[in-house]
Amino acid sequence: MAKIRCPECGHVEETTGLLTVCPNCKADLRGVMEELGHRRERLREVARDDSVTTHEFIVRTKDLHKVYQMGEVEVPALKGVDLNIRRGEYLSIMGPSGSGKSTLFNMVGGLDKPTKGTCFIEEVDMAQLDAFELAWLRCRKIGYIFQTFNLIPVMTAIENVTLPMIFAGMSSDEMMERGAMLLDLVGLGDRLHHKPYELSGGQQQRVAVARSLANNPAIILADEPTGNLDLQTGKEIIDLLKELNEESGVTIISATHDLKMIDVSDRVVHIRDGQVERIENRADLDLEVGSMGAE
Amino acid sequence: MIKSELAKTIYKSETDWGQVQKQITLSWADAARISYRNVIMRLGRALITGAGIVLGIAFLVSVWTAKVAQEGIQAYEAQSATAVTGEAAELAPGAEEAELERRAQEARQTWLVVMSLLVSAVGITNSMLMSVTERFREIGTMKCLGALDNFIVKMFLIESAVLGMLGSLIGALLGHGVMLLVFVVKNSSVVALMDWGQMLSYIGFALIIGTVLSLMAAIPPAMRAARMPPAAALATEV
Ligand SMILES: Nc1ncnc2c1ncn2[C@@H]1O[C@H](COP(=O)(O)OP(=O)(O)O)[C@@H](O)[C@H]1O
Ligand SMILES: [Mg+2]
Repeated sequence: MAKIRCPECGHVEETTGLLTVCPNCKADLRGVMEELGHRRERLREVARDDSVTTHEFIVRTKDLHKVYQMGEVEVPALKGVDLNIRRGEYLSIMGPSGSGKSTLFNMVGGLDKPTKGTCFIEEVDMAQLDAFELAWLRCRKIGYIFQTFNLIPVMTAIENVTLPMIFAGMSSDEMMERGAMLLDLVGLGDRLHHKPYELSGGQQQRVAVARSLANNPAIILADEPTGNLDLQTGKEIIDLLKELNEESGVTIISATHDLKMIDVSDRVVHIRDGQVERIENRADLDLEVGSMGAE
Repeated sequence: MIKSELAKTIYKSETDWGQVQKQITLSWADAARISYRNVIMRLGRALITGAGIVLGIAFLVSVWTAKVAQEGIQAYEAQSATAVTGEAAELAPGAEEAELERRAQEARQTWLVVMSLLVSAVGITNSMLMSVTERFREIGTMKCLGALDNFIVKMFLIESAVLGMLGSLIGALLGHGVMLLVFVVKNSSVVALMDWGQMLSYIGFALIIGTVLSLMAAIPPAMRAARMPPAAALATEV
């Protein structure tokens, strides 16, 4: 399902792509539908998970522990997290502030090392990877989205989006073309050469979403992507992520305490005090058959 | 459509997508391109960092200019005194006092040089250090996007070397120019009396000091940040 807006009367309708006239004003919607088709086609391409080995679980954590050392004091942030994340699912990690969401995000994304336990990406033990392999993984397999956007302040939108492509060794022309395409996809086709400070928070986060797609990731990791956004803008980012997940099958793992996220998630993992409290399936939530672990 | 072709070309190189591969190492040219962009786009910030270098080196070079100019004038005066009396300088009346005065002046000058060296060292180190630490978050972000440690270090190596060299050059010209002007106003023939070979070697020495100090201040924190796990670099508050 996708939302379309009638260009004549502004009526918004949910459709699967078969609508030809606006149910409100009877205006011709074929142009709009064609646009939608193109968009879906592009979404399908940008984050295609091309893994040769298709393990059921794209991410697995086993007895994950993380203890931060604060001077004399030891702060346990994760206390044995076991989590199996399916390929292509939209997984939300919910929990109050300080429950260990970001810590888990860092472990799964290969941004920090666990104190104990293991984290597998496609059954590869991340602890076994050397610096070059880890950098490759971060560059190609995973796209990161942060609460604070983390764009490079001196670079324009397109420069930010193409930076991971530089690290991947892509040629300059290819890079600019793909960068422009990605920014267009997130609705910033007319903001290619704006610096982050010239963009609103929502727009900056869209740039970050485009950047996360730079090298066709199999996984998008988002740490409270709506945390710094107002309600409406946050909703737009969530819709964008959901759209990506549905069309391209990219696995989305998102830490959040935004309840809007529940609606779009296939599963919701509730964590508290560094432990998994319970896991909710979307199927249990609304009995929608077949949407669980889609793809 | 363009995008599907694009996608195909991107995938071409990845025959086995399931296998983890090693990240490619970027060349110095890539690092230089990004550094250049960084310096140009951060020009305001670079100017502030550069100002620390410029001022430090300007102070140092101005002290050295004064030294060379003064020595030139003194040598000339000693010469004319000898010419007038027609005798050896030591035999002139009051020679002992002059000698004492000369020693005192030498000590003052050494003190000034040491002080100006310290001032430039502190100024340069401080501004370079600041310019690196305020970018820890950026370093963490780049590592998330696939940057290797050595790329980060390369980038800062180029940036701090360029900034150090340019800043020192501007500082040297500034310090030298201003001090020379002061002397010319006092004694218009000073230019002819100065030992220019020595002056040039002092300027060269100042350029080396400025550049080396910039590198020494920037590289250790950049290396530290590059080696940190990205999560730690991202979490660093400045
Ligand atoms: N770098 C750190 N050093 C020390 N303690 C930390 C660090 N990062 C997180 N913590 C602690 O670990 C716990 C979990 O934090 P975090 O994962 O950031 O939670 P969340 O993202 O759910 O808000 C908190 O008690 C926090 O204070
Ligand atoms: Mg957090």
